[in-house]
Amino acid sequence: MNEEKTETKKNSIWSVIMASSVGTLIEWYDFYIFGSLALVISTKFFPQENPTAAFLSTLATFAAGFVVRPFGALFFGRLGDLIGRKYTFMVTLLLMGGSTFLIGCIPDYKTIGFAAPLLVLLLRLLQGLALGGEYGGAATYVAEHAPPKERGYWTSWIQTTATLGLFVSLTVILITRSVLGTEAFEDWGWRVPFLVSILMVIVSYFIRKNMHESPIFAKVKAEGKISLNPLKESFGNKYNFKFVLLALFGAVMGQGVIWYTGQFYAMSFIGKVCGVSSQQTDMLMAVALLLGTPFFIVFGGLSDKIGRKKIMMLGMFIAIISYRPIYSKIYTTIDCTGKTEVLNRAFLDVKTNWIPNTLSDSLVTTKTHKEFSDGTIMDVTRKVTIYQDQTKKPLIDEKKSIQLNTPNYWIIILLVFVQILFVTMVYGPIAAFLVEMFPTKIRYTSMSLPYHIGNGIFGGLLPTVATYLVSTAKMTNNPEWYLQGLWYPIIVGGICFIIGVLYLDKNDNKIEEEL
Amino acid sequence: MRTIKRYLGIFWLLLGLGVGYFNVIEFGLPKLQSGKQEDLVFGIINLFILTPIIVGGLVTFGYYVLSGEYDEKTK
Repeated sequence: MNEEKTETKKNSIWSVIMASSVGTLIEWYDFYIFGSLALVISTKFFPQENPTAAFLSTLATFAAGFVVRPFGALFFGRLGDLIGRKYTFMVTLLLMGGSTFLIGCIPDYKTIGFAAPLLVLLLRLLQGLALGGEYGGAATYVAEHAPPKERGYWTSWIQTTATLGLFVSLTVILITRSVLGTEAFEDWGWRVPFLVSILMVIVSYFIRKNMHESPIFAKVKAEGKISLNPLKESFGNKYNFKFVLLALFGAVMGQGVIWYTGQFYAMSFIGKVCGVSSQQTDMLMAVALLLGTPFFIVFGGLSDKIGRKKIMMLGMFIAIISYRPIYSKIYTTIDCTGKTEVLNRAFLDVKTNWIPNTLSDSLVTTKTHKEFSDGTIMDVTRKVTIYQDQTKKPLIDEKKSIQLNTPNYWIIILLVFVQILFVTMVYGPIAAFLVEMFPTKIRYTSMSLPYHIGNGIFGGLLPTVATYLVSTAKMTNNPEWYLQGLWYPIIVGGICFIIGVLYLDKNDNKIEEEL
Repeated sequence: MRTIKRYLGIFWLLLGLGVGYFNVIEFGLPKLQSGKQEDLVFGIINLFILTPIIVGGLVTFGYYVLSGEYDEKTK
């Protein structure tokens, strides 16, 4: 009889995990396809020659990541603590899915003019709001269903969704591009990943619709103990607010920068700083992400046995001391300086064109193809715009595209995989850690805000700050210019590590106290 | 150890103020005045959203540390 009961309980948790994870995965997928297709989207909706449209483009890219997610956390967190977890994260799912689908339907700038960038900005803001509300709801919902001492394991399934969402978005884009061809993809095919989202959302909606409210929240509600004003109780009450600050500065801030370094900065470093071709970069990232994902579950489960703090702090520490050697190795592995060139396979192609509507300005395009004895191939396209007006400096744009040989390709996958391991150590146990830090009646609100500030703001800022540090170091001829972007995650992660080690209390567990 | 942890509150407080100074003087205002659209958006977000969160958060955190709010529970 008891065995039967345990079996039913396990089945019910699996259905909770499925319902929550699939929806959260779709939300991350929706959020990332905009980022992955930002370049195509900007040419369709935000023509760069129009300064206002360019301003909206920047706003759309920045705003949803930085500003809107914490507001979504506040808005939906409050709703979740007032009316329940289940209904709130159903709303966020529909809001996200609807916005993503509609982005895929908007006519371009040439067809409807200025309304196009405005609509994209509006829908991107709605995406940010929805994401701000989704994660806290899903993590809370799963944790409140999970048996005591197993919350790390069960919530770690939710933790896999962000990485899998990125993986699925890269895969869908890769498949669509290769099926349709680059020309058709850039013409209309980029809409497919947005439109496909609605099918996934509908399926997820029907799965979630049949789920019950979280038992712990239902009990609190039945006893009439829900909060009347979750925002005030979370942030206006000193006892709770001190935990919000501790969660932010002692855990989530560091987790945010480690997450973004391992998954986004690595991709931008390999592609933009080192010049590996975009197709090879996408592929190697997808392989490393796929290999790393099971470790979220490993470290989430391990945190139930040896404690969340130990794993998160160890992951943070190893990450910040090993970033420089890892990125140095990535750079030297890809760098073609010092490699032996196969001279009979090299070619140079120079073309000069007059720029239309200028009469006298010209564009000189130089294409260089080089092959090296180890199998590496490098193509460099250099475009120089020469102005008739002598006072104007020539505009130089150089793009490098390196095709790695097989051994180096796998070395880079290994180096990215190691960084994903750090991500899994820090991110795997964090949902359970945050959930346990706050009481049921204000849990959704209290855990969502630090999470989205840590991730969206501290983490989301990483690409901008790191790129700024790299380009400044390059301009000042710093011999290690390519490593300077790492100071941001090292410093922010270092501060977070010290605060976490000193002030996080392993005895704090509000769920256990309530039960 | 408890005393050292408490007095480190002064460090967190000063760190908050230092980051605030850097964000406004070195990073924020020059971005607003650079004339580029991207810098303008980044400057606005930095000055009006990031800086208040970091400065306000770290200063309050430092104050709480100093007043013993984070002294470990004994179970």
